[in-house]
Amino acid sequence: MLTILRKELADYFTSVRCFVLFLLVFIASAVAIYAAYNGIREAAIDPGPVFIKLFTTTGQDIPSMAVFIALLVPIIGIALGFDAINGERSSGTLNRILSQPIYRDSVINGKFLAGIVTLAIMIGAIILLVGGYGLRMIGVPPSAEEIVRLFIYFVSAVIYGAFWMGLAILFSVLFRSLAVSLLFPLAIWIVIGIPASVFNPYINFLVPAVSDSVGVQLMVARLSPYFLFEEATQVLLIPVWRGYALLTSTTTSSMLPNPLSLDQSLLIVWPQFTVLIALTAVCFAISYIVFMRQEIRST
Amino acid sequence: MGKKIVVKTEDLTKKYDGVTVVDRLNLEVAENEVFGLLGPNGAGKTTSILMLMGLTEPASGTAKIYGFDSTREPLKVKRLAGYLPEKVGFYDTLTARENLRFIAELNNIGAAESEPLIEQVLKSVGLGEVGNKTVNKFSRGMKQRLGIADVLVKKPKVAFLDEPTAGLDPEGINQIIDLIGNLPKMGTTVVFSSHRLYEVQRVCHSIGILSKGKMVVQGALDEIGRDAMTEGRFRIEVETAEPSPQLIGVIKKIKGVIKVAAEGNVLRITTDADLRAEISKAVVQNGVALIQVKIQEFSLDDIYMKYFHEG
Repeated sequence: MLTILRKELADYFTSVRCFVLFLLVFIASAVAIYAAYNGIREAAIDPGPVFIKLFTTTGQDIPSMAVFIALLVPIIGIALGFDAINGERSSGTLNRILSQPIYRDSVINGKFLAGIVTLAIMIGAIILLVGGYGLRMIGVPPSAEEIVRLFIYFVSAVIYGAFWMGLAILFSVLFRSLAVSLLFPLAIWIVIGIPASVFNPYINFLVPAVSDSVGVQLMVARLSPYFLFEEATQVLLIPVWRGYALLTSTTTSSMLPNPLSLDQSLLIVWPQFTVLIALTAVCFAISYIVFMRQEIRST
Repeated sequence: MGKKIVVKTEDLTKKYDGVTVVDRLNLEVAENEVFGLLGPNGAGKTTSILMLMGLTEPASGTAKIYGFDSTREPLKVKRLAGYLPEKVGFYDTLTARENLRFIAELNNIGAAESEPLIEQVLKSVGLGEVGNKTVNKFSRGMKQRLGIADVLVKKPKVAFLDEPTAGLDPEGINQIIDLIGNLPKMGTTVVFSSHRLYEVQRVCHSIGILSKGKMVVQGALDEIGRDAMTEGRFRIEVETAEPSPQLIGVIKKIKGVIKVAAEGNVLRITTDADLRAEISKAVVQNGVALIQVKIQEFSLDDIYMKYFHEG
């Protein structure tokens, strides 16, 4: 499996696809830094740590780094995974590799792991770029807690990307055509991966009778991995944020706008985290099972 | 036969969606021989090879390579056997050498051993000069030869080559066939499938003809020809100036002649022995000018076509 992992990584890093993705990452980082540069002065007045505000501050019309990551990560995940299996199949390399004395699952495991490593490098690059440049810009060093928060955010972004990659790999196992396995996850991404603000009218439209209840709205919204990731992001990067919990107006009014401690924030996002990991695991497990049972014939 | 049987299937059967693709295939291949698996497209050649390699599961029956069950012990089989798929593909952005190195690594061949091995294998298929070129610059023939190199890199005891000459020009076909012919000397038993007879005839020691998933003929190349075609009989063609009914009567009386049919100036005589001498004597004695006597040798082509027509 290590051989396959190494080869896949070498493949990714020498491919044009990866170059384009990295370019995208750099442009997004640059834009996000510009956004933070515009907005950080006002944002710094609010309570809470300053450094991680770099990631959530929006400019006048430019979304924040966190939004960029939430949009980019699925694209990266899908781009890395959509041709994992059927690409090899159509180029005729799959049965050549499977006729070597290796277990069949090491092929798909190796590909998945290589994808995660690539994802981690890309997301790590964005965060470090923004963090490093932001440090020069605002001159406020991050506290230990902020670093831990950023790291957990990094891990959750990788898991979020792994979900989309797992989904793309699943379609690459199910369908022989590259176009289909690319369009399917993209379509799913458009339907469930768009921001919750856009998403809510859909729910209102689909379930008009129950949509009055905020609880139901929230529950439906939480089916979307995007929403889960967004929630996790908010809680992790904006310590004041308490999540989309059901609060009455009396509780909200008596609430102090002070930042939560790290363990309290973690407590809030723990379910979101678990669900994201579970979704990823389900995607991967299905592709794994299907792949293990699949006929290898190329024609 | 005193030869060791290394590839053996017993009642191997495969069904796709209820359609029997391979039907109770019994196949035996002796060590260090070249076995040609013949048959039209869709006869079950590829499926049989896939089952032998442990890449697809048979519905029933067993396939064994050196005594290892292909379904139950696929890793052991894959260590011993190499497989060249029909549409072989390589990683286009890697060089020929890198492609082979990857396969060597998957076979746990260390770098110290694999480098000289790759060099040697590339040379043996005539790609020594272009080993550092990326595969997307390769022609179809070069890719096919690289495919054989790819099989050889793992030093297999048995090599399964699925239509190794498909889509090649005559020059390319010759190169591949020569390569295949040399493999037994290097200790590799070869099973290769094809629907082209003459290339099989050139290098194979024995053949099997598949038709609709069934093995219709199997055996050593020189033995099966006559048996299959005429049930142990000979066919002699006699061309004369003008055959008379009287002559036919005389020939019919020769011991061993089974049937005489006249077709213009040509008499087709079925016999159970080589009676050319007796027949020509009878023709001359009857005062008929003899133009030529020909014993019909059955090429594999005839056998092959016979089963194709039946199929």
